[in-house]
Amino acid sequence: MLGFWIYLMSDCLIFAALFATYAVLGTSYAGGPSQAELFKLPTVALNTSMLLLSSITYGFAMLAMAKGNKSATLIWLGITGLFGAAFVGLELQEFAELFRDGATPQRSAFLSSFFALVGTHGLHVSLGIIWLITLMVQVGRKGLIEANRRRLMCLSLFWHFLDVIWIGVFSFVYLIGVLR
Amino acid sequence: MSAASHAGPHPHGAAPDGHDVHDGEAPHGSLQGYVIGFVLSVILTAVPFWLVMAHVFKSPTATAFIVMAFAGVQIVVHMIYFLHMTPQAQGGWNLLALIFTLVLVTIALAGSMWVMYHLNNNMMPTSAMTMGNDAGGPTMGQGDMSGMQMAPPASARDPRTLP
Repeated sequence: MLGFWIYLMSDCLIFAALFATYAVLGTSYAGGPSQAELFKLPTVALNTSMLLLSSITYGFAMLAMAKGNKSATLIWLGITGLFGAAFVGLELQEFAELFRDGATPQRSAFLSSFFALVGTHGLHVSLGIIWLITLMVQVGRKGLIEANRRRLMCLSLFWHFLDVIWIGVFSFVYLIGVLR
Repeated sequence: MSAASHAGPHPHGAAPDGHDVHDGEAPHGSLQGYVIGFVLSVILTAVPFWLVMAHVFKSPTATAFIVMAFAGVQIVVHMIYFLHMTPQAQGGWNLLALIFTLVLVTIALAGSMWVMYHLNNNMMPTSAMTMGNDAGGPTMGQGDMSGMQMAPPASARDPRTLP
């Protein structure tokens, strides 16, 4: 568990570098669109609530696991995965709209750093969903054995950690971006 | 922190919040903890969105500072209620690693913004303001500026946007 925590801290440094890049390049529009012109806050609010809901449902899965309730654990994990998928889906939809409007990563330094930061987060969530499905299969076949409990706790840290990163994204990139 | 009382798998029915957590194991939290964390997170998320979307404050700077303050508090809430950070977790190594990471993150973020802000200011290719000082400037700076002046005015305000 400590080893996985150290991994998360190194992941945190990756996001720190991406946040720093965005902080430096976020106003370099190259005559292109700015945050206020591109971002739709209601979508971001919906996105944020999906991730927050997935965090608490993962918590419920961990509580069910602590009680040794296999089926409840699997149900809550499934709900968590659906919320996670909704988050990724909404984000992909947002990206598709940006691309359609010509706001691609190539357009300006702001958009390059935006897609690098938000895209890396989205990729983490997507991989987290794949990990979640893998663990659901493993729990389904082998039950809540000690190894699976440890894996589920690692994924718990990973999942909640991604929600922490998202707090930084929606505050610093979206909310403050729109204020500019 | 009695390891002996908790050597085997989790005793079923034990209160998740009350049980001892020895060094090799992370806590699961409690229903109450998750609900408190969730409610606090909802409030700490909804207020910044409301502040920005309803234009509550006239000053964008003030709003930005409040939004960042809310984000900081919410990160702490997540750390405590969702990630179960305690000074005792993993014998204190979790917290130590976190503090070390936070120091690095602060240096990376604040350092980048500070350095690049000054770099932007010093390399600013605005013609009217620096024209008089050109003779006194370093030759490398002049070379850069002569390149800048060929760029269209819209992009000339930012040297990074040049090809």
